[in-house]
Amino acid sequence: MSEGAPGAPPLHLHRVLVRLGEAIILEDVSFEIEPGCFLAVVGPNGAGKSTLVKVALGLITPQRGHAALFGTVAGASPERVGYVPQLKTFDRSFPATALELVVSGLRRSWPTRIGVAEREQARAALARVGAEHLELRQLARLSGGELQRVYLARALVRRPSLVLLDEPATGVDFLAEHDLYDLLEGYQRDTGASVAMVTHDLAAARYHADRVLVLNRRVHGFGPPDEVLCEPCLERAFGHHGHHHALAF
Amino acid sequence: MGLIEAMHLGFMQRALAAGLLVAVMSGLLGVFVVQRRLSFLGAGLAHAAFGGMGLGAFVIVATGLLGSGIGLLRHPLWIAVPFSLLAALAIAWVRANTRLSSDTAIGVFFAVSVALGVLFFSIIPPDVNLGLSLMDLLFGSILGVTGSDLVVIAVVAVVAVAFLTATWGRLSYATFDDELARADGVATRRLEYLLFACAALVIAVSSVVVGIILMAAYLVIPAASARLLARTLTQMSVLSVVLAVVSTVAGLALSYLVDVPSGSTIVLTQAALFLVAALLARR
Repeated sequence: MSEGAPGAPPLHLHRVLVRLGEAIILEDVSFEIEPGCFLAVVGPNGAGKSTLVKVALGLITPQRGHAALFGTVAGASPERVGYVPQLKTFDRSFPATALELVVSGLRRSWPTRIGVAEREQARAALARVGAEHLELRQLARLSGGELQRVYLARALVRRPSLVLLDEPATGVDFLAEHDLYDLLEGYQRDTGASVAMVTHDLAAARYHADRVLVLNRRVHGFGPPDEVLCEPCLERAFGHHGHHHALAF
Repeated sequence: MGLIEAMHLGFMQRALAAGLLVAVMSGLLGVFVVQRRLSFLGAGLAHAAFGGMGLGAFVIVATGLLGSGIGLLRHPLWIAVPFSLLAALAIAWVRANTRLSSDTAIGVFFAVSVALGVLFFSIIPPDVNLGLSLMDLLFGSILGVTGSDLVVIAVVAVVAVAFLTATWGRLSYATFDDELARADGVATRRLEYLLFACAALVIAVSSVVVGIILMAAYLVIPAASARLLARTLTQMSVLSVVLAVVSTVAGLALSYLVDVPSGSTIVLTQAALFLVAALLARR
């Protein structure tokens, strides 16, 4: 297990370039966050936000530049990262219970039998997100909000130092989305962990994040929400078409 | 002769042993075939085995191996297995590296393999006795399983079951969500190649017993029935093997009692169990 350099930033990207065929998805993307930071990544559709998360997870290797987590190359220390994917990719035909999904986050493998200690840890993680009653429920029968809680429990069960979330609030009602931010902030208070979340919700980014990254292929702004979520910055990233949507918070 | 007495006969014992080994391998493998939506892979690789058998038969005849004292060298299987392995790895490569979907990739290899099989079998002189007929290849000859066939099937069963149980956790994780598994350090691409290679091995060897046409049923029906009843993938895996074993034993017994081909009774028993599972799963 790689511990990384002491005091190294939880997430650091340096001049990252990602191409997919002819298309440039990310270009010259550089930024880093401090330990304990809540980062919101915002930008229009197709801005490269999900690609950025995949680079941070080590799933995509940039053609140029590099990504590092805690001073080690992205993907080298998966045990220190809790990942909540977009829920639209979830396969509902897979027979599984909520408990199994949470234990998979602990084991980094799908469980056959679940031991007492693992069960207790998974229950504690489910309880933290208010989903202890879902333990034995089939994943296919959960609502969007319930599924989101279980995925969050799965990400938090290994007590990660960095939580990466890729638009976790998509398809979830406003109340559940509000809960999600409360849960993440509670986890940060207890553990000092950092959070990096892709979101399309600028109001939530302004209210909850310490740092905001405005992305549209390139970095169009990075800093405290009050400085970055300003009209010229958003206009550069979202363009005139998204202007009214962007400022509707 | 009653069924119990018949079980004292060598060919019936070999048939039962071969059938059970195929049931365990394909029951376990079928879980991943069904959950990864690769049902067509079973049919595709079984037909690749047919192409390999054709090539093998041609090579055996052309090189004079038909007169070899080593039984295994006289069987086209030793060429069909590497042929199927190559086809499986090629399908996996096309799936991973091109924009073609797996059913398109499988469809291409399916057609080419059948064409090759037909070509090779047609150029073998009709008076050459290969010890297996086209009908045996297509519909299986479980009652004609020889001692050396059984040894090959047993070795492949040990390898396949060892691989599937050793990698079950990682394979299942990658089957649930490839991206999550990769983010957690699971080498999903390598696992997929190994899974396809395992499928090629199991299907090529099992085709000798159950035939090319019925092989896909073995890979899909028990696992699909298990999926209808199971709440977890562990339950599905156990149930799939149990249903495959039960249908093999029942189908074999039925075949003996009614005196009809065993391949069809086994698959029809699997289908009957699927129907029961579907009725039980109705909500």
